[in-house]
Amino acid sequence: MKARSLPLFSAVISVIVLLGLGAALSSQPAPPPSLTMLTKDGRRSMTIALVGDQEFVALDDLASTFGLAVQESLGAITVSYKGRTIVLTPDQSLASVSGRLISLPAPLSRNGRRWLVPVEFISRALGPIYDARLELRKPSHLLLIGDVRVPRIMVRYDALSASSARLTVDATPAANSTVTQDNQRLTIKFDVDALDLPNPPLAPQGAQSLVQDVRALDQTSLSVDLGPRFAGFRSATQPVDTTMRLTIDVLSAQPTETTPSTPAAPQPPSPPELPPAFGMPVSPIRTIAIDAGHGGDDEGARGAQGTKEKDLTLAVARRAKGIIEARLGIRVLLTRDDDRNVPLDERTAIANNNKADLFLSLHVNASLRKSATGASIFYAAFDRGSPPAEAPGGVERLPTFGGGLRDIELVPWDLAQTRHVDQSTAFANVLREQLGNRVPLAPRAVDSAALRVLESANMPAVLIELGYLTNGDQEKLLAGDGFQTNFVQALYDAVVRFRDALAAGGTQ
Amino acid sequence: MGRRWLVVGAIALVAGVLVWLMFIALPRRYGATAAKAVSAAPANAPAPPAGRKIKARLFYVAEDGTRLTGVEREIAYGEGTVAQANEIVAAQIAPVAEPFVSAVPPGTTLRALFISDRGDAYVDFSRDMIAAHPGGSTTELLTVYTIVNALTENLPAVHAVQLLVDGKEVDTIAGHVDLRRPLEKNLTWIQ
Repeated sequence: MKARSLPLFSAVISVIVLLGLGAALSSQPAPPPSLTMLTKDGRRSMTIALVGDQEFVALDDLASTFGLAVQESLGAITVSYKGRTIVLTPDQSLASVSGRLISLPAPLSRNGRRWLVPVEFISRALGPIYDARLELRKPSHLLLIGDVRVPRIMVRYDALSASSARLTVDATPAANSTVTQDNQRLTIKFDVDALDLPNPPLAPQGAQSLVQDVRALDQTSLSVDLGPRFAGFRSATQPVDTTMRLTIDVLSAQPTETTPSTPAAPQPPSPPELPPAFGMPVSPIRTIAIDAGHGGDDEGARGAQGTKEKDLTLAVARRAKGIIEARLGIRVLLTRDDDRNVPLDERTAIANNNKADLFLSLHVNASLRKSATGASIFYAAFDRGSPPAEAPGGVERLPTFGGGLRDIELVPWDLAQTRHVDQSTAFANVLREQLGNRVPLAPRAVDSAALRVLESANMPAVLIELGYLTNGDQEKLLAGDGFQTNFVQALYDAVVRFRDALAAGGTQ
Repeated sequence: MGRRWLVVGAIALVAGVLVWLMFIALPRRYGATAAKAVSAAPANAPAPPAGRKIKARLFYVAEDGTRLTGVEREIAYGEGTVAQANEIVAAQIAPVAEPFVSAVPPGTTLRALFISDRGDAYVDFSRDMIAAHPGGSTTELLTVYTIVNALTENLPAVHAVQLLVDGKEVDTIAGHVDLRRPLEKNLTWIQ
């Protein structure tokens, strides 16, 4: 669902839930809704009657559907099912279910010769005495009977750039799905009995959009109609709590500054179909931590025009996250995603604790000479001042929880990077190559130094200075869209090359 | 009567001797000692005009702003490694005229300097070192290696240098360079 229609959708749902159907009718000019009952064997519908804002169903409809016996005597109505009873009293919203009182949102009501009960009667009164599970999904007018798998589906569409977009499809409770391509259409087939979909699943998109429409194809599939610029896609699933999140990245055929390894090859959108991510070998880079330098009261360097290092680093970090996640399906963690001061150790800890495969710290330089310009890349250096070199990689036999001994590899926090310096150097060189003709470089673009934020990183790590804020021209350049796009593209290409080199064992 | 005049004369004589002692003899004696103490004062006091000089290599920001350049300068002689180290740092952080540019923030003063048996120098600077720093990894590296290299280049007894600020160890000056350990001479940063 498009971001700006999400609040509207939520509002509509809330109105249905809180106020009832009267308000819903104004936003859904459809015929009066019916309750769809889903079982393993199929679906049936039951008429819903509206009294005021409340949805009711006829008691005799329920009786025939669920095999209930209804008796009216002495001003009370007794509903029985396999020896268990519900006793209802007209004009009262309380009911007795197997001797226990439950409340209903409205008393039962008479319509001519028929008794009407609020739809909640099904879940609150009938549910406790019925043999099979009864799950009422009031907003979508669904009643699940028995063990049927009907996940709620939420679809979100985000245009990530001119040439890529992401479709996020959440299925709750989690359900597996497969994505297939048929010319200008993707089909998402869920391994379920039915789908609980919003109507429409996705608000209509513009004609230029990479994804034009998402609609229900049949009971268990969604159809994604693609725009004319579509060239390829990549999909991945990830469980999030009780939800299964399917992410489909859609790429356009528009030529962009991409590398050969980018899935969006500028070719006609005919087959061969790009392989989805599930079956691919595990990438040596699955998580990247990007550290936006400084933040909060630590502004870092500052230009004459007032550009602050902390703002530039955050802007570039966010862009890099968007592109890398969208195109590579690599998880990107930001050590901060707002304007706050994060201690240096905490920045590295975020990378270490999340087992990031690469740590990139973004900074902007300053010089006492206005002439200083260009980007530079640093990797960590350790000298004699460091504790003994044999410490990293040391193995110690320690008692474990529950008894016994285990060899634990001990790496002092401050020296975690010592094991990765070679790969950090390799990445720095790959990045310099990629930055090469796209952004201005400092005279010596790659250096090593005792940089605090890199030393504790337990993965290949570099610190990148984007350029000099103390140079007037550079200050303008760095704040501009063109530079940031070029920089992020170079970073993306460097990650792809480094990943491929790691996969081939090239930098080991 | 004669005896009375004798007593008065004796008192006057004692008073005269006391006055001489207090206002002339003693000030002369102790004044000289005090003056001697001044000449033996800490080595970072201004050197006397006719004082002994030595040559030292000091470091300033190179033309392109990304490296240091070494400059030979005459600085005051200090008796012993610690005194000489004080002189070197004092000369290095002193304001410098164009075309030289110092990587040490303006206003920074030297608070104290110690040298351990291992040859690690601990150099304690005023808060200006952090407060007046323009930031950036490169400039922070140049600031740090200005001090580290000035001491390790000119004093063979100094192997490594740790910068302190306001009498305390600091993590970094501007958020980049790890200052938690003494740093060795690093000629990478010199042109």
